Amino acid sequence: MSDKPVAEMSFEEAMRALEDVVGKLERGDVPLEQSIALYERGAELKKRCEAKLKEAEEKVAAITLDGQGTPAGLTPVEGL
Amino acid sequence: MSDLIDEAPEGTNAPEFSVSELSGAIKRMIEGEFAHVRIKGEVGRVSLPRSGHIYLDLKDDRAVISGVIWKGVAQRLSVQPEEGMEVVATGRLTTFPGQSKYQIVIDDIKPAGMGALMAMLEKRKAALAAEGLFDPARKRPLPYLPEIIGVITSPSGAVIRDILHRLRDRFPRKVLIWPVAVQGDKCASEVARAIAGFNALSPGGALPRPDLLIVARGGGSLEDLWGFNEEIVARAAAASDIPLISAVGHETDTTLIDYAADKRAPTPTAAAELAVPVRLELLAWLDGQAARLSRAQSQQLAQRGQRLRDLARALPRPISLLDSPRQRLDRAADRLPSALTGTVQRQRLRLLQATGSLRPATLQRHITAEDRSLQATGQRLVPALARAIASHRQHLQATSSRLGVGPLRAEAQRQARDLARLSQRLADAGLRQTTQWRSQLEATERLRETLGYKATLARGYAVVRAGGQVATTTAAATGKALEIEFADGRLQLGPTAAAAPSPSPDAAESPAKPAKPRKKPVPPGQGSLF
Repeated sequence: MSDKPVAEMSFEEAMRALEDVVGKLERGDVPLEQSIALYERGAELKKRCEAKLKEAEEKVAAITLDGQGTPAGLTPVEGL
Repeated sequence: MSDLIDEAPEGTNAPEFSVSELSGAIKRMIEGEFAHVRIKGEVGRVSLPRSGHIYLDLKDDRAVISGVIWKGVAQRLSVQPEEGMEVVATGRLTTFPGQSKYQIVIDDIKPAGMGALMAMLEKRKAALAAEGLFDPARKRPLPYLPEIIGVITSPSGAVIRDILHRLRDRFPRKVLIWPVAVQGDKCASEVARAIAGFNALSPGGALPRPDLLIVARGGGSLEDLWGFNEEIVARAAAASDIPLISAVGHETDTTLIDYAADKRAPTPTAAAELAVPVRLELLAWLDGQAARLSRAQSQQLAQRGQRLRDLARALPRPISLLDSPRQRLDRAADRLPSALTGTVQRQRLRLLQATGSLRPATLQRHITAEDRSLQATGQRLVPALARAIASHRQHLQATSSRLGVGPLRAEAQRQARDLARLSQRLADAGLRQTTQWRSQLEATERLRETLGYKATLARGYAVVRAGGQVATTTAAATGKALEIEFADGRLQLGPTAAAAPSPSPDAAESPAKPAKPRKKPVPPGQGSLF
């Protein structure tokens, strides 16, 4: 188990960790106490993955450039 | 040309020109005749001075023509001329009368056909590859699920629409578009600048830094796509810290940026597919994982429960555990009474055997023997005591005989001698000390006399006293009877006193501190001045 808090994991990290937890539980060779802890961690990781999957917001903006070609701001882009 | 001749010189009809006239004529002729030419040849030496103009030679196997591309034209060129490139140049000829030279002023220059362009591209590619720009080790993995995707492309057109549509289908994300020209002379510089620009953004800033870049353009001719073959673009893509997907042209088009990118997508749509996973698939996967998690956990519990039950079944009933011991108890209880009787009988028999040999005569014999032994020991007691006393008395006598006054007396005499010696040393030391003090006292007395004022009197000084006090100022001496002390006596002066020398006064009479004597006695007459 990595030490990184679940709340700071990227989707991919949480995904790998969840697969790891499920694999360990399925092998069935962990002591009961640990299996309960693993289950709880699995549930937490699942929540994290779900949260990241729910962040599926589309937001498109174009960068506006000033006269020298350096970025000056953003304009929302719609209708594409 | 006849109009150039003013007058036919004598003896010849050949006209005579000035150098400028002839040069001007040549210039007019050449510029008139070759005002618009297309010329095909190989680019020779190219020089690029700071001014921005490009000077080059066009050559074939037999001839060379100098050429110039003015700055304005040079900036518009889609392909910059390079030495060795086969080109077709369009322009006009002009002369340079100052140096008797002519050159072509090039308005446009293009590679002579696909072959030339491809050859140049191959050369450039080989050079960049040799630098290691395309090494697989340099490629960064794409993030699994990027938060923000930066797209470098034309803001209008099918390409950005395709990318956004596909992203929306798979996993809607935040997208930042950096608008660039995707063809023409500005393309390369703008694309390179956009890649560097996205990299320069800071994560979480007002303009958030993307974690994935897509450089995209639709299909087009080799010339259209040429900007993506430029070295600055390939270098910018290789230098990008943000993982970069290139999607330029159709599947069959390969540009240099494709080699430098971390991943190449055949089309813009494919780039979107490389960029994000499918959200629905991930949700399904997550559901699957959750199900497996619960199943595994409940299975764990079920298995353990089953095992517990199995073990419990294997445990014998408590009541049956007691059966065998109870049987043993019963059997032992049966044997107990007979065993007890047997033991008593055996002990009784042993008692009888022991009492058989116990008789008074035996005891009496034993007592008599002990009595005899006591008698013998008692008889030895008195002589032993007398012997011990005699021995101790002898020892006492020996010791007391050694105790006498002789040694004490000797010790007293020795101490007396020490005392006499010490008192002698004390007397000697005292004498020495007083002698030394006496001589010191005398020396000090001598010093005192020398320092005393009386010695000064002997050297001619005098002490003036007025009214019994030593007068140190004229004021003190005014109006009083004065007494002047010399070494040999005193002299009274003044209105009331009679001059009567008195003997030298006692030392104790004068002040302890000798007065500072005046050089000469003050004349008494001066007092009347005040």
